Amino acid sequence: MAATGDDRIGIARQFIEAIPFSRAVGMVLDDIGDGVAEISMAWAEELVGDPESGVIHGGMVSALMDTCGGAAVMSRLDGPMATATIDLRIDYMRPATPGQRIRARAECYHLTRSVAFVRAQAWDEDPDRPVATASGAFTAERKA
Amino acid sequence: MSRPRPEPVQAVKQRRDAALRVLTARVPLIGFMGIGFDRRGDELTAVMTYDEKLIGNPYLPALHGGAIATFLETAAIVELSFQMLWEDVESGRIDPLEPGAIRLPKTIDFTVDYLRSGLPRDAYARARVIRSGRRYASVHVEAWQDNRDRLFAQATAHFLMPPPVEATGATGA
Repeated sequence: MAATGDDRIGIARQFIEAIPFSRAVGMVLDDIGDGVAEISMAWAEELVGDPESGVIHGGMVSALMDTCGGAAVMSRLDGPMATATIDLRIDYMRPATPGQRIRARAECYHLTRSVAFVRAQAWDEDPDRPVATASGAFTAERKA
Repeated sequence: MSRPRPEPVQAVKQRRDAALRVLTARVPLIGFMGIGFDRRGDELTAVMTYDEKLIGNPYLPALHGGAIATFLETAAIVELSFQMLWEDVESGRIDPLEPGAIRLPKTIDFTVDYLRSGLPRDAYARARVIRSGRRYASVHVEAWQDNRDRLFAQATAHFLMPPPVEATGATGA
């Protein structure tokens, strides 16, 4: 029996929120579909990378996009049982506004027998100006 | 002819450790991640002390890719900033404790290779500034755990350099 859309989101949300690091930095799965995922996190004082400006550390933006990329790979209906990041490139276009929520959207746009290709974008509360983009390759580990 | 008497070793250490501390102590995320720095002369080794919250895959278990990326990016920024600061602090042109003495470079892009999974234990990283110009810098970082020759991640990053800081130190006038 196929899981309904809501079940899939529920299962994926439990999976993401069971990851200790994702939980420690407050990541929340907002949406997940066939090859697409959206995850967001709140700005928090302890995640700041530049004390002068209060801007969140770039590494947190890559953590968000990395997690979101992995979720997108796992959400493919024809997808793998497990995945891990092979490489990820992040382009930081502008600092995320302090105090605002950061949201990432990742898409697994191509899947081979062993590799998943992903691109992702991240925004703060201004949907017209992305803060970062990413592209990466993930492993696709299938059941033998 | 005699050269000037070298400074007492404690004064040298204090000055260099103070310069390193101003780069790291005020950054909340460095504390949150449990990242510290070992300094030997001008060589820095970043250390990320293992904590359960750094786990990304509880079944293996393995460190989270985002925690690894954050560790590498932090190692790169601190290495680049420390190198920028080094000559100015050594010559006395800048007092690192003065407000405004430190401006951090901004990351333009960051590419990380995950070579093997990060084990649930301490991790180490060393960054090397490949090129540092007036406006842009390119930095390479390597990270390992048990064995220096078995890297578990590496990264290349480009940074936008901050504008030069005005002299603040005693000899900087």
